[in-house]
Amino acid sequence: MTATIKSKAASVEFRDVSKIYGTDVTAVDRVSLKVNAGELVTLLGPSGCGKTTTLRMIAGLEMVSSGSVFIGDNDVTLLPATDRDVSMVFQSYALFPHMNVFENVSYGLRVSKLGKQDIQEKTNTGLELVGLAGYGDRLPSELSGGQQQRVAVARALVLEPQVLLFDEPLSNLDAKLRRQVREEIRELQTKLGLTVVYVTHDQEEALAVSDRIIVMRNASIAQNGSPRDLYEQPTDSFVADFIGEANIMDVAINSVDAQTGLAEVRIGDLQLQLASRDIPVGPAKLAVRPNRIILSSQASGSALAGTVSKSTYVGNHMEYVVTTDHGEWFAVSNDVDATHGVGSDVNVQFSERGPVLLPH
Amino acid sequence: MNRTVGLWLLVGIVGFCALPWYVLEDGLWSFEWLDGYPYDTDYAPGLFLLLQGEKLWLSPIAFLLALPLLIIGASKRNINFSRILLVAGGVGLFYLLAQGFAIGIRGWNADVFTQSFGELGDRQFGFGFGAMFVGAAFLFFLTTGIAARGIVNGDVFVVGSIGFVIALVGLFILYPVLNMLSSALQTNDGVYSIGVFFSKFFSNKIWGLGCLTENRSCGVAWNSLVLAICVGALTTLLGLVFALVATRSGLRQAHLLRPLTVLPIITPPFVIGLAIILLFGLSGAVTTFVADLLGINPTRWVYGLPGILIAQLLSFTPIAFLVLIGVVEGVSPSMEEASQTLRASRWQTFKTVSLPLMRPGLANAFLLGFIESMADFGNPLVLGGNYDVLSTEIFFAIVGAQNDQGKAAVLAIVLLIFTLSAFYAQRRWLGKKSYTTQTGKGDSGIPAALPRRILFPCYVLVGIWGTFTLVVYGMIVYGGFVEVWGLNHTLTFKHYITAFDINFNDNGIHFKGSAWDSFWTTLRIAATAAPLTAVIGLVTAYLLVRQNFSGKNAFEFGTMLSFAIPGTVIGVAYILAFNVPPLELTGTGVILVLSFIFRNMPVGIRAGIASMSQLDKSLDEASLTLGANTWRTFKEIILPLMKPAIVAALVFSFVRAMTAISAVIFLVSAEHNMATSYIIGRVENNDYGIAIAYSTVLIVVMLTAVTLTQLLVGKSKTGRRSSAKTLPAV
Repeated sequence: MTATIKSKAASVEFRDVSKIYGTDVTAVDRVSLKVNAGELVTLLGPSGCGKTTTLRMIAGLEMVSSGSVFIGDNDVTLLPATDRDVSMVFQSYALFPHMNVFENVSYGLRVSKLGKQDIQEKTNTGLELVGLAGYGDRLPSELSGGQQQRVAVARALVLEPQVLLFDEPLSNLDAKLRRQVREEIRELQTKLGLTVVYVTHDQEEALAVSDRIIVMRNASIAQNGSPRDLYEQPTDSFVADFIGEANIMDVAINSVDAQTGLAEVRIGDLQLQLASRDIPVGPAKLAVRPNRIILSSQASGSALAGTVSKSTYVGNHMEYVVTTDHGEWFAVSNDVDATHGVGSDVNVQFSERGPVLLPH
Repeated sequence: MNRTVGLWLLVGIVGFCALPWYVLEDGLWSFEWLDGYPYDTDYAPGLFLLLQGEKLWLSPIAFLLALPLLIIGASKRNINFSRILLVAGGVGLFYLLAQGFAIGIRGWNADVFTQSFGELGDRQFGFGFGAMFVGAAFLFFLTTGIAARGIVNGDVFVVGSIGFVIALVGLFILYPVLNMLSSALQTNDGVYSIGVFFSKFFSNKIWGLGCLTENRSCGVAWNSLVLAICVGALTTLLGLVFALVATRSGLRQAHLLRPLTVLPIITPPFVIGLAIILLFGLSGAVTTFVADLLGINPTRWVYGLPGILIAQLLSFTPIAFLVLIGVVEGVSPSMEEASQTLRASRWQTFKTVSLPLMRPGLANAFLLGFIESMADFGNPLVLGGNYDVLSTEIFFAIVGAQNDQGKAAVLAIVLLIFTLSAFYAQRRWLGKKSYTTQTGKGDSGIPAALPRRILFPCYVLVGIWGTFTLVVYGMIVYGGFVEVWGLNHTLTFKHYITAFDINFNDNGIHFKGSAWDSFWTTLRIAATAAPLTAVIGLVTAYLLVRQNFSGKNAFEFGTMLSFAIPGTVIGVAYILAFNVPPLELTGTGVILVLSFIFRNMPVGIRAGIASMSQLDKSLDEASLTLGANTWRTFKEIILPLMKPAIVAALVFSFVRAMTAISAVIFLVSAEHNMATSYIIGRVENNDYGIAIAYSTVLIVVMLTAVTLTQLLVGKSKTGRRSSAKTLPAV
């Protein structure tokens, strides 16, 4: 077998793209974004935020209402799906039930009128790539969910598309399989150097699989950055809350040091020096991840005094709710042996890189 | 080079340069026209007509047809591409139709033209194959041009299909019906007059109320209305009773009721009427028995309202049953259980929860019964007596001694108003309300058993109806073997031999029986119409379910419209519209095929919609993102997955074409006689034996077809069978 599946990875660019359904339902509102060649970018957001519409506009299944779409250097704004060099893996896999695995995977090749030999070789290579060599004669209904998913991936891969799209590919798999399949997808993507745009509403999946995440909210982009940026440096409370859990508290910035850019924030007895992130003196919000909160019975340095109001054992960690004069804090601790009981007094402190200031 | 344009250009050129332009008297396949072709003006293609200096008004067509040659190499994006196609297609189509309608067998068709252009001194016949090909080319130039403008994502296949369906519906539904309306406005001399229309429309014969005050008969409109309301109400009641017994009685034999739903599909509409005559007619079995018993003279009581009512109840109750069984099953058991846990008794639960939830289904069943009764032609014809209804009155206005087309058109309009109002009410009223109780979640409740005070009367009714149906169908089979009904009850094969005798001689098989001719014609025409109906129905369903375009609602209404147009109305409209050029079809088999296609199209559409809604849209999208275009997707993904729906639509339209009578009776000719009209002819001659024997044969043929299909469809590989079950009751 000589055929190989190469990548013709190209970039994707949206310039001021809007999608309006009917007269007044705006699904996507003046979005501009760029996905570089060979990059895996995830569109993440709650349902109805416009992420799937954005994906379908890349595929050409929806036409933009205004703005333009580029794949590589070509303006594809007016091209329908058929004429775009883009493949898609659907949430439901969309395997053709009347065709067997081989026919499914080779469908795109047959449609583009390749030679018989080429079709045979490429299809087999594709199946091999996803670990399904020898399954060609089976019907989709005879495969497990994970296998069906791989057939869908192989079917999209063999066309060597410029861009590969995934629409919530893991949502029909059970939890254990999800981790495995997402790792496989990531592995394939890196190995072949594919440009991938991936839609999900699962933040953990997004963090695990992406080079870059674009968080969407109400038809527009809320934040665009690497997984670590998003988790540790969210731009606003929506992103902080949507990606992982966060305690978000109202605080006041007392002063900002012009040289170091450090802001001084006080919560009760707790004194913090945090990166100001260009937020002016005055009211602001503070986001703290639950695992960045340190609870101790005896504090060293400044701390916030509180009482444990809930204490839950969930196997590999403990979950606490601590009531203080400055709100309730949700904290997670990996120490499942030395626990704080309900009603015990604790001191609340944050780890070094934990808290982040957000605009009010 | 653009392939679509190239293809249709080729079709147009073949049509203009090679095929006979005008309609051929003996049909294309007789090849009689080859004698004299291509110079004889009756048989010549358009090009040869022009070269000989004949029919010069056809020359702009040649010019418009050649226009797209200019852009044959151009890109789709070129602005001239769409502009030239729009001009060539739009103007071409318009001019083709305009010249066809303007110039007829007697030269100019309207005095206006004679006054403006002078006597023409020439004439032309209807469109033939040449004109048809050229028309198709113009139509698809137009749609390709529209697609190039970016409509519906610039999809040539979708825009083409929309244009094709619109053209067909316009030509074969809207045009005949509008044409009929206009002929209702004319006097018998062809002069337009509103006064004449109103005097015909409000005539006492239609709206008279004589039966209320004196001993005269009422107007036909009232007769039809009273009958339709009675039938609607009673079939709904009976249908509900049947549905309740089938689903809620816990009776193990209840599933035996299901096959009843097949009966109206395979029974020609007048057959029940025939059986009623055998039972209750002047020499009917029951009538003579009762007369002997009581020592009175047998009467003709059954002819008129009672007879039609009984026959229609027997015919249409299964339709109501089919509708209501879905509705009764749709009432969520957990709602009834909730009611019972709130301390309602069975009867209270039924009255306050179950019944109100079934209300939309009941309304639907009523309107279906209403429309079916209005449109029914066979039973009133056989059993009507002096009780005239609209559908039969239309028939006698055309074929009787009166031959008053204007009157027939006016009556048809009255009938159309009734059925369209019912159709409109059904869509308007039921479309908005949602009584959906199926949530998509599994419902583990157990349907509430019926209260006893309902169950008992239900059993009695089902028992009576069931026995009666058995007797009626028994009569139909038995009646075919009886010498002369009422006089001589000796068993005989006489009727079967007269109708279906076969001789084996040296020349092979000789079909000697008198019925073979119409039998083969019927089979041939039904078999031609069925695939075409299925194709048009499925393409339309595809457009309705899968594509979005402006004007989709109007498109849907137009395609479903023919469901509300009674067969008699279609029949009248067709002979009025297609008797003269440019579409001369009367007396041909084509007009029968066309009438079946457009009568049964809604069935194909409904079946298609039902099954397509079950196909995940992402299958289409997957195919599109893999580089297939919409045509390829339709062909390779949608069609194979809809096999069950296709088979169901095929058989259904085949069977309906075999049993149809109302439109057919206007359109048959000596050459193309259909089984049903042959049978009606025998009935009119009091030749009941052959009529009944023939009906039995038809029922057996269709029963076989339906059973075979159910077996075939049941075994389909993909296992999506819902479509076959959800065939609409029409």
